[in-house]
Amino acid sequence: MDAIFAQATASGRAGVSIIRLSGHQAFDIASKLCNIPTCGRLALRSIKDPNGDLIDRALVLCFDHGASFTGERVVEFHVHGGLATVSKLLAELSKSDGCRLALPGEFTRRALENGNLDLNQVEALSDLIEAETELQRKQAMQVLDGHFSEAGRIWKEKLLRAVALLEASIDFSDDEIPADLHIEVRSIVEATASSIMAVLERSVMASKIRQGFTVAIIGAPNVGKSTLLNSIAGRDVAITSDIAGTTRDVIEVRIDLNGLPVTFMDTAGLRETDDYIEKLGISMSYKRSEAADVRVFLVDSEEDELLISKEPGDIVVQSKADTRDVSGLAVSGKTGKGVSNLLKLVSKKLSSETMLDVAAIRERQVDGLKAANDCLSKTKVFLTQDPLPYELASQELYFACTQLDFVFGKIDIESILDEIFSSFCLGK
Amino acid sequence: MKHFDVVVVGGGHAGCEAIHAACRYGLRAALVTLDKSKTGSMSCNPAIGGLGKGHLVREIDALDGIMGRAADVSGIQFRLLNRSKGPAVQGPRTQSDRELYLQAVQKILAKENFTEIEGEVTGLLSRDGCIDGVMLSDGTSVHSYTVILTAGTFMRGVIHIGDKRVSAGRMGEAAADHLSNQMEQLGATFGRLKTGTPPRLNGNTINWEVLESQPADDDPVMLSFLSQSPSVKQVSCGITHTNQNTHEIIQENLGKSAMYGGHIAGVGPRYCPSIEDKIIRFPDKQSHQIFLEPEGLTTNSIYPNGISTSLPETLQYQYVRSIVGLQNVEILQPGYAIEYDFMNPMGLTRDLETNLLDGLFLAGQINGTTGYEEAAAQGLVAAIGVAKKIKGVPNIKFDRSSSYIGVMIDDLTSRGASEPYRMFTSRAEFRLKLRADNADQRLTEQGWLSGCVSAVRYRAYSKKMERLVACKLVLSSMSVSPNEARSAGIDLGLDGRRRNGHELLAIPGVSVEHVADLEPSFSKSSKATKKQAACEAVYITYIERQRRDVEALAKDLGVEIPKNFNYSIVSGLSSEMISKLSAARPHSLGAAKNIEGVTPAALTAVLLGLKSLELKKAI
Repeated sequence: MDAIFAQATASGRAGVSIIRLSGHQAFDIASKLCNIPTCGRLALRSIKDPNGDLIDRALVLCFDHGASFTGERVVEFHVHGGLATVSKLLAELSKSDGCRLALPGEFTRRALENGNLDLNQVEALSDLIEAETELQRKQAMQVLDGHFSEAGRIWKEKLLRAVALLEASIDFSDDEIPADLHIEVRSIVEATASSIMAVLERSVMASKIRQGFTVAIIGAPNVGKSTLLNSIAGRDVAITSDIAGTTRDVIEVRIDLNGLPVTFMDTAGLRETDDYIEKLGISMSYKRSEAADVRVFLVDSEEDELLISKEPGDIVVQSKADTRDVSGLAVSGKTGKGVSNLLKLVSKKLSSETMLDVAAIRERQVDGLKAANDCLSKTKVFLTQDPLPYELASQELYFACTQLDFVFGKIDIESILDEIFSSFCLGK
Repeated sequence: MKHFDVVVVGGGHAGCEAIHAACRYGLRAALVTLDKSKTGSMSCNPAIGGLGKGHLVREIDALDGIMGRAADVSGIQFRLLNRSKGPAVQGPRTQSDRELYLQAVQKILAKENFTEIEGEVTGLLSRDGCIDGVMLSDGTSVHSYTVILTAGTFMRGVIHIGDKRVSAGRMGEAAADHLSNQMEQLGATFGRLKTGTPPRLNGNTINWEVLESQPADDDPVMLSFLSQSPSVKQVSCGITHTNQNTHEIIQENLGKSAMYGGHIAGVGPRYCPSIEDKIIRFPDKQSHQIFLEPEGLTTNSIYPNGISTSLPETLQYQYVRSIVGLQNVEILQPGYAIEYDFMNPMGLTRDLETNLLDGLFLAGQINGTTGYEEAAAQGLVAAIGVAKKIKGVPNIKFDRSSSYIGVMIDDLTSRGASEPYRMFTSRAEFRLKLRADNADQRLTEQGWLSGCVSAVRYRAYSKKMERLVACKLVLSSMSVSPNEARSAGIDLGLDGRRRNGHELLAIPGVSVEHVADLEPSFSKSSKATKKQAACEAVYITYIERQRRDVEALAKDLGVEIPKNFNYSIVSGLSSEMISKLSAARPHSLGAAKNIEGVTPAALTAVLLGLKSLELKKAI
């Protein structure tokens, strides 16, 4: 049986978030991340990932089996509540073999199965379970686009047909089954895989919508980045001064840009330096700019070469438009000239990537879709082999369908048989 | 008055397996049949095995059943279906000489010690909700602790040819009409199913010259693990097709067909449709294939597989003679549809015991299945159930992840049957593991421990396993570099990784010969052993991937629900859910999960109810 984990406290930013891990292997799994304390003692521990990078210094609490909520061994990580820390810990836990995100109500279910709830609680449990499901369901409904389920239904229908075609070739090889069925199977598999991939791509965007986009302002020292940021923010956020190398850290400002939550990040001016602190600031710039959704290069002139190479999609804007006449995109942080144009451009870029269309929001859905697509890729490989390994291709399709099941619901063998028999005249 | 442990009613495929298995278990057994000489008859297509069906036969054989052996002794056209596809979907099959098959079955049965009674069972005897035996039409009673009812198509069987209706269980044989009526008085509810059969043709009047032929395999694969090779001469089948004329004749006369004329209420299968069905459902198809199968070596009767019908005789002549090669054909026996009683198997235990009467078991067509193999497997399962009940023998586990028999039992008992149920490989989600080649590895050991596998078979199996284990050990200890592999003709990427024999055999295109070249001690293994090892290697990664599924399945199946669990005490269940569950009587939470309309919330409520029951018992 798998060990399960989940955030026990409400999601979102908080001072402390509790992540609970339950299972007979919970202590082994947790030991990979930190030195677990003896049971019943809340102790401060450094939680690290396999590379030794620190995830958080947090309070850890262990419960032995028989003495926990679920009845199994339980480890609770009381981490600092930042979204990033929680995500990182959840991600690390999911990497462990035999360890996965809990299904709604699963901790409670385990508690029940291990006889950890007494007779009085048993009476009340049905209600409890109902409530939990409702809550989860409501949550899901809030974020889920109605079209998501429809997409799922269509994929399943298509894959069902693909399976049926392969099964017909297997179970009715003696009947007159057309020899080129695998061509249709292939086209179904390819179409479904692309469609799932598109949704996955949009899902990245969808989660960004929830968490916000980032725009990094990059440029040489003293080109006017901080001034620009202040202008966008409408107040003095960064320290601006005439001395090059003043902004050492990334300064951020989060604004509502036409409905999108966008964080503009100021970065340390890019230049060669021996100053240790400045170096740190610059390396931070590199990191942040790589992760940014849009990069704005603020330059003196359009031909400037910078330490970070430009890529298509980057916005290049000339600075200090108040002191000179330049052609092309230019701004002046001091006077505000051209800033609204720049913001329009940024907004346009983000909007074009933002399709308020079908997307998976929950991590479990994303995992399920990714796993399904892996199976479809394997199926595609089989479909190109000669002789075609029908039973292996069919098996991979079943694995894909099972993954979709986790996301959408069950597929039934009777429906496959219906599909086969309505398509072909079979049987003697 | 002799008191039996078990009475088997009906000497068809289910009945024969049941009675033989009962004897293997040393039970005091009786077989009641309408006509002794017809024991082991094939009602329809004289063939055993196929895709899914062949898997069932192998499993029956692995447990020392008789069908495989009888088929091998009488087999006249052995063909391994899907020979060019992977081992998991290959199905051994043979056409059998009808007469030789029947004789083979009777010969095998003659070696066993049971009482054979010729007569008609007109009713079941019961006492306090338990079965007590059967009543015969001559007024006598046969008492027993258990009854296995395997009446096939005989219960209120009605044959239809056009608008002619004849009460019959099979062409030329009387039906059994009384039993159903009496059972209804005991509370049984029957439905009606139908199946069809094509006309039998005189092979001497067929123009074989103009037809394609399908020969037997050069390298025949037997149905039984114990058989070496065919016993009799092999023949070829002929192949022909219907054509536009054929279709027109049938189209114009559909109203005269018993099925389409509204004479039959019974539901037929989606597959195995009559020629009328085929033409209605697929009007664009220009022609339908027909296999002309010889019914035996000493008969000229041909079974035209693909044109089941219930059209009147004259029309049968018309449309059959419109077919290429059959212009002058003589019909020896017309095709017909037969409808018969069946009982919905939902609610049967996994041993196929009913909730109607304690000790009453049902097997075969009466449970809504179609096919000899499906029936035979059920006969075996019911007999094992009886042996457990009477002698407390160790259980043999039949579940979806370990046998096709398990898949069938689970399908029947969880979902019931609304149309005749036939086995296909696609019904088995663990198809890659449930192969025809490893049925013995999955079942023989359990059969031996339970008591239905003879010492002869067990010895043969043990020897085979010794050889296989030794061979697999050799494969595991191989360590072949890509260069070495290349020297044997295996082209691997130069990834520097060494591979053992199993991994090599799993690569597409790598054969037993390749590996034998690399490892002399492997080549010393017998051909059969090498082949077996190769089969397993191909699928091993898939089976590993599915293993977690099996574990999850076992866990769900593990929560058993007592036979007479009272669902109305479970708080949180709607009355609709209570009646659904009470009717279906799932044996486990896993089975309950498969019932249509059962929600996760209902399952949890049931689980709570079970726990609370346990706790109450403990207090």
